[in-house]
Amino acid sequence: MGILIYTESENGKFKKSAYELASYGRAIADQLGVELIAVSFNLEDATPLGSYGVDQVIQINDPSLESFTAQQYASNLATIAQTKEIKLIVFSSSANAKYIAPLLAVSLSAGYASNVVGLPESLEPLTVKRSCFTNKAFNTCTLDNKVNIIGLSNNSYGSFENPKEVNFSQASAVIAETTIKVEQVEKSSGEVSIADADIVVSGGRGLKGPEHWHLIEDLATTLGAATACSKPVSDMGWRPHSEHVGQTGKPVASNLYIAIGVSGAIQHLAGINSSKVKVVINNDPEAPFFKAADYGVIGDAFEVVPELIEKLKAFKSY
Amino acid sequence: MKILVCISHVPDTTSKINFVEGDTLFDKNGVQFVINPNDEFGLTRAVWFQQKQQAEVTVITVGDASCEPTLRKCLAIGANRAFRVDLQPSDGFEVAQQLSAHCKEENYDLIIAGRESIDYNGAMVPGMLSALLGYNFVTNCMALEIAGGTAKASREIDGGIETVSCELPLVIGAQKGLVEEKDLIIPNMRGIMQARQKSLSVLAPVESDAKSSISKYEKPAPKGAVKLVEPDQIDQLIDLLHNEAKVI
Repeated sequence: MGILIYTESENGKFKKSAYELASYGRAIADQLGVELIAVSFNLEDATPLGSYGVDQVIQINDPSLESFTAQQYASNLATIAQTKEIKLIVFSSSANAKYIAPLLAVSLSAGYASNVVGLPESLEPLTVKRSCFTNKAFNTCTLDNKVNIIGLSNNSYGSFENPKEVNFSQASAVIAETTIKVEQVEKSSGEVSIADADIVVSGGRGLKGPEHWHLIEDLATTLGAATACSKPVSDMGWRPHSEHVGQTGKPVASNLYIAIGVSGAIQHLAGINSSKVKVVINNDPEAPFFKAADYGVIGDAFEVVPELIEKLKAFKSY
Repeated sequence: MKILVCISHVPDTTSKINFVEGDTLFDKNGVQFVINPNDEFGLTRAVWFQQKQQAEVTVITVGDASCEPTLRKCLAIGANRAFRVDLQPSDGFEVAQQLSAHCKEENYDLIIAGRESIDYNGAMVPGMLSALLGYNFVTNCMALEIAGGTAKASREIDGGIETVSCELPLVIGAQKGLVEEKDLIIPNMRGIMQARQKSLSVLAPVESDAKSSISKYEKPAPKGAVKLVEPDQIDQLIDLLHNEAKVI
């Protein structure tokens, strides 16, 4: 019995989502009266998880897990799930989590629902609300299986401190058969990724050209935010595809999304709908984004943004 | 090389999303259906392999007869043949089971499915299919080269790109980057005429069981009106974000 969470880390530290999963798992574990077990791979110090309500942390530290391969990680999680007779496994919505979860679902013959928002509506049978139609709607989905897996939409639940006495243990790695070899990993260093960012600053065609992107970058730096762009901007090659947010690009689920010179086409809005607070800066009062935003400034980005940066710097230095 | 591209028949990206029958069914009224964009990037890459490396490209979908125009479009784009598994599936697990039964008979070298569909956003089918077949799997695939039974693929990760190599057979979860938007093929009259002659076979479904079911749909709560701040009152915006929204 018990609930298992797969906690991800980067550069020796837990990602923000690990604490969110711990808080989320804790709430369900309390309702069911079962243990909350976290698994971490190749992480020296897993103690911070104790502050977020985990009962048990199983650490697997092994050279075979050095570079991420989904098959390898899925096999290790499957082994733990079986030994511990886990009924529910919770993942984040990171690229890696979405890579592992379907593989694990097949190996455990488990039901799987991704993009789950909020706590389950019922636990027997497991019924969850998940986003669909690229954030334009939700569906209520029932998973009536011995083992179920859910992927929690990032930033949809939040993390809450809840210190517990934690039992730490080490497990040895199992080796999966795979011919997949990781050749190279290129990370854009020092920048916040769109998936992990609390704040995202996004630019559209209204910025008139890539030479004006310092406005977006400066604002992002001031706020510690990730940078993003609309589809036309990435299609024209002003910015890399990895920054394209929207229906066919990346989804954004940040706390704050600031759109500058983005008109707000339906496909763009679909991608950013899960962001909590949306701000639009656009000189066209008819831009559809104003209907989707919480706060808006009708004005020239080339004047408003530098002033916003300056005022934010003053605000931050208080 | 034998390539299979798995196709989802989905509402066009500009569609208004509504539900009928007590919010239990998607309202297809007035909605234009298209090839799922992630699948189309994959199909376009497959047609490239057909043209440059003599691959044979098959497309398949799991769905009722209303999906056939979408399959014909895939044939017009360049696929050699099409299959439709005659089943209205309940979830991605069921789709993967149906596809895996077909793949076991055909022994494809490369199977391409969009990393997720834009309607259910399950992101389940390619991974589950690879696991059911015991094939290698790379999702969020944004570049793919194949030479002599070995694939080199790039995967988009959070904040970067990972490059992997692996042996075939391989299943990939396709996305933008695999080809660019400008590479997408708009069928010409010749392609459309040829597509009519190409084979589109209907397959009887195998026994499968879904592991989830959808009981209802809902739309997000309507949004309150935007609060406008004058461009010369930027302090007010910062104040609102700090004190009201509490996000900075």
